[in-house]
Amino acid sequence: MPTRRDFLKGLGATAAVAATAGAATVSAGGHGAHHGPEIYEESYGILTDLTKCVGCRQCEWACNEENKLHPSESIDSLEDQSVFDEFRRPDDVRYTVVNRFKGKGLGGGDMFAKVQCMHCDYPPCASACLVGALKKDPWGPVTYDAWKCIGCRYCIQACPWAVPAYEYNNRITPRVMKCTMCFSRTTTEHDPKPDIKIGNFLTPGRGLPPQEKGKPTGKAPACVTACPQEAMIFGKRSELLEIAHERIKKHPDRYIDHVLGEHEVGGTAWMYISNQPFEDIGFPKNMPDESPAALLESIQHGIFKKFAAPVMLFGACAGLMHVNGFFKHGDKDDTEGGSDHE
Amino acid sequence: MIQKGGPIMSNNSHPAVAKPPFFTPGVIIVSIMALIGLTGIGARFLFGLGHVTNLSNQFPWGLWIGVDVACGVALAAGGFTSAFIAEILMKEDFHDIVRPALLTAMLGYTFVGLGVFVDIGRSYNIWHMLLPSMWSPNSALFEVGMCVACYITVLYIEFLPIVLERFKDRVPWPGVNGIIHFLDRIMKKVIWVFIILGVMLSCMHQSSLGALNVIAATKIHPLWWTPILPMLFLLSAFCVGLGMVIFESGISMRSFKIPYHYESPTLAKYAKILPFLLTVYFAAKLVDMLNRETWVYLVDGSFEGKMFMLEVTIGIILPFCIFISERLRNSFGWLWLAGAMVVAGVVLNRVNVFIIGVSSPYQDMTGRYSPTGWEWCVTIGCICILTLLARLIILNFPVIHALEGGHDHE
Repeated sequence: MPTRRDFLKGLGATAAVAATAGAATVSAGGHGAHHGPEIYEESYGILTDLTKCVGCRQCEWACNEENKLHPSESIDSLEDQSVFDEFRRPDDVRYTVVNRFKGKGLGGGDMFAKVQCMHCDYPPCASACLVGALKKDPWGPVTYDAWKCIGCRYCIQACPWAVPAYEYNNRITPRVMKCTMCFSRTTTEHDPKPDIKIGNFLTPGRGLPPQEKGKPTGKAPACVTACPQEAMIFGKRSELLEIAHERIKKHPDRYIDHVLGEHEVGGTAWMYISNQPFEDIGFPKNMPDESPAALLESIQHGIFKKFAAPVMLFGACAGLMHVNGFFKHGDKDDTEGGSDHE
Repeated sequence: MIQKGGPIMSNNSHPAVAKPPFFTPGVIIVSIMALIGLTGIGARFLFGLGHVTNLSNQFPWGLWIGVDVACGVALAAGGFTSAFIAEILMKEDFHDIVRPALLTAMLGYTFVGLGVFVDIGRSYNIWHMLLPSMWSPNSALFEVGMCVACYITVLYIEFLPIVLERFKDRVPWPGVNGIIHFLDRIMKKVIWVFIILGVMLSCMHQSSLGALNVIAATKIHPLWWTPILPMLFLLSAFCVGLGMVIFESGISMRSFKIPYHYESPTLAKYAKILPFLLTVYFAAKLVDMLNRETWVYLVDGSFEGKMFMLEVTIGIILPFCIFISERLRNSFGWLWLAGAMVVAGVVLNRVNVFIIGVSSPYQDMTGRYSPTGWEWCVTIGCICILTLLARLIILNFPVIHALEGGHDHE
């Protein structure tokens, strides 16, 4: 039976069909190869080695501290093992969570998996956002600008990792909540000046995420620094990939031969290696290698390329109107006019 | 606009039908439902989305987007399809259909806008999409939003002549009357631009509406997820445009006690196009299904498979069978039924694409989305307010020809 993945693979062929949808002008493959948002050759990322994680949840606590989330949770709550009883997802008060998978660890022990925003290189959320509130910073993180956001939640619909959460219970200023790769900590040289001041009143107390391109300060995100096991490494993505493959090669008994995030959804800044198949430890199945955003953008830009199709449609309609006599009597008669008939 | 061979009135030799009063027992029930819907909207703004809806991080779009917006846009397609037939192809006998369809489109899109306003978390930021500094041409939703915003404007401009006609020479102030005449003259000169713009913008955003969920490739059931979703949405919009015209003509004729023979011959004549449109839509769906081999999901006994078959049977196959029969087409009951089926089929399709066909990788844990009572109340309430407004406007403005006995003879 064909799986969804098979269909996703067949995208290329059908994309050409799709482009003709709007009676349009797409030259086959002309706009097909989209490169997505700007990204530096030397972009940064994080490699998480799940075999090293012991489930201490220091990363969760550090994240809450750094991003001022979940203020009621004290450091003592980390002792509480009962949170592992249920499978958790990042939500509107947690950018990251650690889940336990019993008996899946090395040697039959427990296995722990931290999840957060993957910071895709070609993020569907940013492609989906109609006001540019979500952006891929060329050096790595996908950032969110609450004061631009209109709250349509298309980003949440678009995210294949099902990560962004929404403050549904915030009745006035709900935000999309997701890991920022500790933007204010890891990024420098940005200009946080907003375009329009009124937004400041609408999103008080959070500071404004930068919209200019940043540069890494060299500081790692809070969770990476907090990890006592050094399960996470922060660095250049290309180097992290080398490290990941090196580890897999060195310890084929310890790791499965798969770096999650190397290719998925066009590659992600946050990557994982593990001793278990990723779909068994809470990651979505059948992730396509191409970002779904690439397909949609090629369809949309194909249909609306240089605005030719709509303009042609307009011209064709005007021609039809002329041929059919719409303009014949309109000018000389002074009887009636109107959108329709008189 | 058409003055060929004298006023269009010559086409309609029927006597005018007396206008009924605004309130009838049915209207009172609809008004109560509208009030409940308004309460729901109030509750959403007072207590937030979380208290009123079942939306979640796994299912961020629910009934309001799936029905109020997606179905609303589809069902307002009668506006541009009838404008195309009557104004661009200049089919004179179709002219009586244009104004009611225009009114439906105008109100429909107004409520699409209202639906979006209620659904989005920061409604006060809705104007952000118009700001050039925030334009995001990569986003399909940006395209939809801009087109809908432009199209609402176009629809209001297209409706202006009806308002002008209502007040022309009927206001006691000569100055105002002069302005009305002036505007009327301008409208006569420029209306063609807005008629074509309406068709163009409609084709653009009807297809882009389908493009929205292309990005959620891993979340939409393969029966519905396809890269040709934009084309399918556009083709089904053509179908439902005519279907909706038939459907609502039936309702308004019944509601305003207009004899069926006033409009039904024209509708039956143009219903002949529908088998062709339905065939094209069906063929596109079929080729797509064969191409992606998704037929396996039809026979796996899943709910989605059954919904897909229901959608195709009700929305395409059955109405096709009715529309190709000349005998059935000429009976208004059958014609209306087939029109209603096309409408139901497209509504089912939009609901399937936006709600039923949507899954989440974590739905086993969170459960699937099902709307709350409040969400239903707001959706139904919005439809009720829309019908009340339509009735109010029809009773006070020259929209339905049969209710107007010779007003434009002057």
